[in-house]
Amino acid sequence: MPVLAALALAWPALAGLAGLGWTLVSATTEAAGGGPGGFDRLAAEPGLGLSIWVSLWTGPAAAALSLAIVATIMAAAPQGRSLRWIAGLMAPAMAIPHAAAGFALAFLIAPSGFLIRLTGSFERPPDWLILNDPAGLSLLAGLVLKEVPFLLLMAIAILPQANPERMMQAAIALGHRPGWAFLAAVFPGIYRRIRLPVYAVVAFSGSVVDLAIILGPGTPAPLAPRVLGWLTDPDLSRQGIGAAGALLHLLVTLASLLLWRIGEVIVAAFGRTLLSRGWRGPPDRLVRGAGLGLAGLVTVGLLGGLVVLGLWSVAGPWRFPDPLPQGLTLDRWAEQAGRLAGLGATSLWLALGSAAVSLILAILLLARPRAARLRMLILIPGLIVPQIAFLGGLAVLMLRLGWDGTLISVIAVHVIFVLPYMVFALAGPWQRLDPRHEQVALALGKSPAAAFWRVRLPMLAVPLAFAFALGCAISLSQYLPTLLIGGGRVATLTTEAVALASGGDRRLIGIYALAQTLLPALLLGLALLGPAALFRNRRGLLGGGEA
Amino acid sequence: MNGTGSGLRIEGLVVTLSGAPLVGLDARIAPGEVLTLMGPSGVGKSSLLLAMAGFLQPPLATTGRVMVGDLDLMGERAETRRLGLVFQDALLFPHLSVGGNIAFGMAPGGGRKDRHARVEALLDRAGLPGFSRRDPATLSGGERARVALLRAVAAGPRALLLDEPFSRLDPARRADIRAFTFGLAAERGLPTLLVTHDMADAEAAAGPVTHLDGFRKF
Repeated sequence: MPVLAALALAWPALAGLAGLGWTLVSATTEAAGGGPGGFDRLAAEPGLGLSIWVSLWTGPAAAALSLAIVATIMAAAPQGRSLRWIAGLMAPAMAIPHAAAGFALAFLIAPSGFLIRLTGSFERPPDWLILNDPAGLSLLAGLVLKEVPFLLLMAIAILPQANPERMMQAAIALGHRPGWAFLAAVFPGIYRRIRLPVYAVVAFSGSVVDLAIILGPGTPAPLAPRVLGWLTDPDLSRQGIGAAGALLHLLVTLASLLLWRIGEVIVAAFGRTLLSRGWRGPPDRLVRGAGLGLAGLVTVGLLGGLVVLGLWSVAGPWRFPDPLPQGLTLDRWAEQAGRLAGLGATSLWLALGSAAVSLILAILLLARPRAARLRMLILIPGLIVPQIAFLGGLAVLMLRLGWDGTLISVIAVHVIFVLPYMVFALAGPWQRLDPRHEQVALALGKSPAAAFWRVRLPMLAVPLAFAFALGCAISLSQYLPTLLIGGGRVATLTTEAVALASGGDRRLIGIYALAQTLLPALLLGLALLGPAALFRNRRGLLGGGEA
Repeated sequence: MNGTGSGLRIEGLVVTLSGAPLVGLDARIAPGEVLTLMGPSGVGKSSLLLAMAGFLQPPLATTGRVMVGDLDLMGERAETRRLGLVFQDALLFPHLSVGGNIAFGMAPGGGRKDRHARVEALLDRAGLPGFSRRDPATLSGGERARVALLRAVAAGPRALLLDEPFSRLDPARRADIRAFTFGLAAERGLPTLLVTHDMADAEAAAGPVTHLDGFRKF
């Protein structure tokens, strides 16, 4: 049993290393199906410089924008109640898969999208490159929409550790306005504690594939979707280019992390100078206005976009300048029902399987608090290493071993990406639980195992349920691992939705993107409501105060 | 910059919980004088300080006035009251150096050199020369307490509000820090309100002592 657990825990690191190793082999040797000179042929690809450039800057830019928005929202509502309200709004936003968020934004801002229709001042869609703009701005907007809820929840989860109330009082008593007091005295302490998730955002944003396909520039596309194209090219000789590109992407991601680190140092030095000069910050009204405005913009961007998606999914005829369709029909839903059910079942099995395995692994990790170093090693492949850099190699390796294309192998690879986020979600509640509860159980003559199973786990039922649902949501949103490891034989709602991106059938996209969102939203709702019903007579377990 | 000239007058200050009076205070504190508030824990001593500083949250509320000259501080926002609040914990900002913490509350303006010199002078006065660039996490409890007081004083407060500032300190060091604290308050002519449950604090403050019992609850 311990051997099995150790193996399971080592799996993410092993898979990451094996994937990278095989990628390296196929980029440099003929035997692996690639061919020598992969790097030379890669360098000859047109527009490579532009692809690298977009992939390099979108990560740090998305992280910086998202972080600034999170800080402003929190500074505008530093008090407990409104912040809990915002957290309640953001938790469901976590359930929206990247692809669905991308489509939602696209349906809002496209030249023929909902916002332009609302203006009512265009006869035909204006000739603007809003979507898939070469600079990558719409991709950036989509990333920010998805990362703000994530970082906000992370920040709110660790907020108590930053001692916000007292720190703000200290800063306000020294003459600083509340909003600025939060930014100057509390937020740096928050940032220090969410650095790993922020670095994950930097790495992920620069290497995302599905959002880049939906919102990113087309010619040339960012590096990650181009590498995917080479890796899956029917012309096998191009796989060598893909392998070389995957390694190049690893370097690009490392470079963007380095950029972020440099930015950290500069911002810290600048901030310290400002503070030591006694700068009093912007007026509170400005902070509050900006915070409310940004929170509203993110909410409208996500929820409004989803509403438009839903509208398209049931739209009858809907010509361009009309703000609303001429009629509503469920015909397309009915036509797709069978396929949706099949895809939904596959997606659900993958989600439940990978979340269950990850939950056990996360608990194993957290139960050994001294293994913090080890924990990093296990989480890094899923957080920092770009998916495209090692999944191609891993897929070929699994193909050679005959492990590809099964639900089990896809679940195993999903675990690599689900586990870190479950650890994030559980770490705070796990550490906050007063260990004396278990000590009381031991003193009453219970065994350590009984104290663990009958005291700690039930007391953490609410966060455990949330983490499980979050894990399902992460699995449901996975595109690249499902595509590459599934070898085209494991289709999910997400792979189908992304595949529709190039087709342009808005009704179909609306149906799949919405179905893709409904499943995780349902699970998250169950996780939030289930414990509330189960423990309706145990208020202490529901975050209503320490029992 | 520091001090008030005429001292601090606390007139009919009452902290209420959902409208019911909890604890009250009438006092006049001369510049440089230390008024010690004593009383059992839970009587609301700290709530009085938080009320004066402007940090009470509903259902707690306040009535009464805190006068400096002709100005009623209770009508001001917390950030413009300029009351130097020092807690039990030093609450130094972990992301700033010791000098950065002290300069954090200093009024903006003044050249970099000038501000730095003022920080250095305060640190010298506290017996912490050369501490400006230190990380607050590397300080001892007594050093942290001193820096917290310097930070409050550097902001140019009208008065000092000390909430059990010595209770977390090593008893052997307390005498030192007490002497430093009350010495600095006297030097700067700061009216000082000290909340404590330690009789030795009151003796060292050598000022008037008020015992709070709170209002009867029945």
